[in-house]
Amino acid sequence: MLRDITIGQYYPAKSVIHRLDPRVKLFATLIFIVSMFLFKTFVGYIVAGIALITVIKMSKVPFKFIVKGLKTIWMLLCFTLIFNVILTDGTILFEWKFIKISIEGIRNAIFMGFRLFFLIIGSSLMTLTTTPNQLTDGMETGLRGLKKIKIPVHEMAMMMSIALRFIPILMEETDKIMKAQSARGADFEEGKLMERIRALVPIFVPLFISAFRRANDLAMAMEARCYRGDNNRTRMNPLKYKKEDGLAYLSLVLYVAILIVADRTLGPIAESPITKLSTSLSAMVHIFNCL
Amino acid sequence: MIKARKLAYEYIRRDEEGNVEGIIRALDGVDLDVKRGDFVAILGHNGSGKSTIAKEINAILEPTEGTLYVDGIDVSNGEKVWEVRQTAGLVFQNPDNQIVASVVEEDVAFGPENLGVPTDEIHKRVDYALERVEMTSYRKSSPNALSGGQKQRVAIAGILAMKPKCIVLDEPTAMLDPGGRKEVIRTLHELNKNEGITILLITHYMTEVKDADKVIVMDDGKIVMQGTPKQVFSRVDELKAHHLDVPQVTELAYELKKGGINLPDGILTNKEFVDALLGQR
Amino acid sequence: MLYLDNVNYIYQMGTAMEMHALNNVSLEIPDGQFIGIIGHTGSGKSTLIQHFNGLVKPTSGTIYYNGRDIWDEDFSKKELRTKVGLVFQYPEYQLFETTVVKDVEFGPKNMKLDKLECQLRTFGALKTVGIGEELYDASPFELSGGQKRRVAIAGVLAMQPDVLVLDEPTAGLDPRGRDEILEAIFRIKQERNITVILVSHSMEDVARFVDRLIVMDHGSVRFDGTPKEVFAHYKELEEIGLAAPEVTYLTAELIEKGLPLPNVATTVEEAKEMIMRFYKH
Repeated sequence: MLRDITIGQYYPAKSVIHRLDPRVKLFATLIFIVSMFLFKTFVGYIVAGIALITVIKMSKVPFKFIVKGLKTIWMLLCFTLIFNVILTDGTILFEWKFIKISIEGIRNAIFMGFRLFFLIIGSSLMTLTTTPNQLTDGMETGLRGLKKIKIPVHEMAMMMSIALRFIPILMEETDKIMKAQSARGADFEEGKLMERIRALVPIFVPLFISAFRRANDLAMAMEARCYRGDNNRTRMNPLKYKKEDGLAYLSLVLYVAILIVADRTLGPIAESPITKLSTSLSAMVHIFNCL
Repeated sequence: MIKARKLAYEYIRRDEEGNVEGIIRALDGVDLDVKRGDFVAILGHNGSGKSTIAKEINAILEPTEGTLYVDGIDVSNGEKVWEVRQTAGLVFQNPDNQIVASVVEEDVAFGPENLGVPTDEIHKRVDYALERVEMTSYRKSSPNALSGGQKQRVAIAGILAMKPKCIVLDEPTAMLDPGGRKEVIRTLHELNKNEGITILLITHYMTEVKDADKVIVMDDGKIVMQGTPKQVFSRVDELKAHHLDVPQVTELAYELKKGGINLPDGILTNKEFVDALLGQR
Repeated sequence: MLYLDNVNYIYQMGTAMEMHALNNVSLEIPDGQFIGIIGHTGSGKSTLIQHFNGLVKPTSGTIYYNGRDIWDEDFSKKELRTKVGLVFQYPEYQLFETTVVKDVEFGPKNMKLDKLECQLRTFGALKTVGIGEELYDASPFELSGGQKRRVAIAGVLAMQPDVLVLDEPTAGLDPRGRDEILEAIFRIKQERNITVILVSHSMEDVARFVDRLIVMDHGSVRFDGTPKEVFAHYKELEEIGLAAPEVTYLTAELIEKGLPLPNVATTVEEAKEMIMRFYKH
């Protein structure tokens, strides 16, 4: 169950997206996230969606695999949807006690849901196509300037890459400890809140001990392999921009431009039938209510 | 290659309040000589001091007393620490906890990267190291997708890429299944034979040391037996007193001898046994 | 008594990583047997034992405990787990309490037994696994590897299960630790006369103890019989990546070379007796 989490996991494949410089991917992800807040109409969603689908296709990561990673944040997605539905004012479609569902609310929820969905898929696509080492390389090189103001960029990058390497291992371990404690009659599903919290002690204590033991072992192994920070350190794959990276940057600019232009020009036109529809719908609701 | 004289290591054991409970002498006057190109095995139960030696050779622990030279370098010389670690690479027991990177080849590159080896040369070394441990086809895999034996061979490749003269392995097979154990031991013998790398194998599995050039048995921080596998394995009772096993064929030969059948000492293989026993008639 | 009827288990059904971990497994496990389960890594043996106490739900097929379907809605899984005790691999990694006694008491306390009963069961279990009173208040993390593991086994034993399943209880231990564990398991069997199921990689160990051996391969039961019967198939075992005890090969070779032994041996004692009997005449 815990092993199914794919966020932060690398999916090995041979694709253009995999080959891109991690700095490009980091930057592109950032821009993609920002771009989610640059449009207002559903044309924007279509543009962003097409862009995302294109990149997914190019990455050769099966869509199913990406979506599987969403399982864990399904709850978050549902919450967002529900809150949006409930908390948006507008023409009321349905009312029960304090819960009011409006047309605008449903619209907002759908849009917000898509926005979140895009965000998560976009960023998991980065981790799926970039090995943690490349990712940290990208951060390290991309943020190298910060070293001058005494920010330990290398150390942070190293910590991140180690964390990513050990997350799946610790997940599996958690799974195993839970099973083992269940085998001793531990119950994680029943009882009051306090009891449930207390029930976690037999999981977390062994997990922490194991994490510390692993950290200790790893530190020793790294020392044995002559690790001494980034002093005099070379790289097997130093980052170098290639032609396709330039193209990627170009497409990124193009994407943002198309997004904004399409949203501003086509957006209102395409929107009008929908607005009309919802106005007539709310009129109908009004009439219905009056009756 | 490795030369130790009166080597000792002590550490202080403290209770919860930090009071000294006692001093533990993990190593106690060890003299050790490992010749270049040798395959030497150190046997002993947990707490016999065998792991402490490995850590001293790698300059992770500093000797309390005595001297220790690795390829002529004094391990206590703080300035030469990196040189020592590069000369005598160390492989640990838990395969998961010594792999740093999430892709096999990136992990193998970790050592050379730390040593400041130029990029082209790193690629060559990674190719070479993966080739030697027969893991080339897994170079782009995640370590999590490998079996225990494969992970351990990746760890060996990681050391190999630093171009060591000697590899010290601290119970590299303890957490593996029988298949994985065989893979690792076979790899070590190949490295020893084809690449001329000195191997110091620390283990508690007796079957793994049959083909070593020299076997050293440790107990209580001291060397208690040493010699060729044949010499050591002919002393079955002594080995058992040190809480060690002997291969079944050796034990059977020993038991039969006690029962009055005339067999030579230290039989290590089935062939030797069959020949000797059938020669009786 | 446990009864598995055509149990199938498929991992990650419907994905590219789909794997048939158990394939039509039917088994009858009567009370009081001492059973060994062997199979190489990935043969399905760990999945199999997690079916015994309902930690894993079979994709199809039924598991009966004392005649009742354990996946029946009104069948208490929690109670089943106290009846079928499962000791995982490296169980010492699941210790979490501040003292040995408190840790062992975890199981009985979860069963909501009264204080006295909890203590009685705890002390009894510790005694059976050979942990002396001087260690009762020690932190479990200060013990040796073998001791930790015995405490962990006591933690399951204290629930007084009718069936005790141990997943590779000797993995990663040195010969002394291994012998301590095996002795403890043997004592459990003797004192409590419960069903003991031992998953192991060590053919030598299972040959010495169990009365019934189940060989798993690719999710199916390949052989099921006494160690003697199973190890007679040593050639087939080899084909599926397993091996019989060393001494089996040795006696087989002797027979092949013309020594009229009655059958292949599975333990050193047995081989010794056979050969001695032959040579005495």
